[in-house]
Amino acid sequence: MINPKVFVKGLKSNLGVRSPTISLGACFIALGALLKDAGFNLQQSVASSFFTYALPGQLVMAESLLISASLLNIFIAVWLVNFRLYPMTVSLFPLLKHKSQPKWKYYLSSHFLAVSSWLVAKEGYKKIDKKYRIDFWIGIGIGTWTTAVSMTVVGYLLADYLSKDVMIGLAIVNPVYFFCMMIGAMKNINVSIAVIGGTILGPIIFLYSTEWAILYAGLIAGTVAFLFGGKNGK
Amino acid sequence: MASSQIIILAIVVTSLATFISRFMGALTSEKVSVKSKVFQWFNCVAYSTLAALLGRMIIFPAGVLADSSLIIRIVVLFICIVIFLNSKKNLVIPTILSAVLLSFFNSI
Repeated sequence: MINPKVFVKGLKSNLGVRSPTISLGACFIALGALLKDAGFNLQQSVASSFFTYALPGQLVMAESLLISASLLNIFIAVWLVNFRLYPMTVSLFPLLKHKSQPKWKYYLSSHFLAVSSWLVAKEGYKKIDKKYRIDFWIGIGIGTWTTAVSMTVVGYLLADYLSKDVMIGLAIVNPVYFFCMMIGAMKNINVSIAVIGGTILGPIIFLYSTEWAILYAGLIAGTVAFLFGGKNGK
Repeated sequence: MASSQIIILAIVVTSLATFISRFMGALTSEKVSVKSKVFQWFNCVAYSTLAALLGRMIIFPAGVLADSSLIIRIVVLFICIVIFLNSKKNLVIPTILSAVLLSFFNSI
């Protein structure tokens, strides 16, 4: 059903100097501690990382609860902040497609889609036989997902021992890691324009619309990158 | 502080709102060919959306990061990117250093 060799290869992508494990660990430790402060118990904190597994959305949820936002407001705010997962899935899964693989593997493993796993998969898929790429992806995803869930537990338990300065230090790790990963991915003109444009537009549009900023900035910068880089890109 | 029931409902709502995008992505992917223009466009939009989120996280952060100063965050990010580019793209050193640097700068 799942090719064990390829699966382990995916799992192992979570180790080494390019691995997302440290950054994921750091930010989910910070999240675990934050959820405890927001009044979550341990089971609820674990459930949040287990079922949502998308840090920006979980932060939005925690902050919305603190200001007693309605469930509908939480739904919309989270949907908007996590909408990036849609284009991310569509720009990864076609690369993993193979006729011989059952659809349920794709549907279920889409849950593992996160920035960390996406960047690792984008970097490593070419080395894997097309037929088993989905198993490679499942390996990466199981690794990053279990790291996130277990580090949420660690963060929750350590909450009382983490000073505010340490928490702030942990929280910067994630954006720094992703920025480095994205700069590493800027190998053609399309991606370079998309990354630079998005970085600039995101905060600017945020000044006008906090909720829609990421979506608008992504669409505008992405489309510009596509149109301008079309001929030169891969 | 929110009641237990509200927290559980919030977790369910958050998880659904998140999974919709992933699942819709998996469904759309069935019809998208790697060689198509549509795929190229999605690829660009994915990178720029991600970059927009990260730009926002640094400039207008949510959570504890909001308690650090903007200048310090940008300086730390810049130092770490320079180290990343000069260390054969090693990611462990800049990520660990980012936490140490920010904690340090923020405590002085």
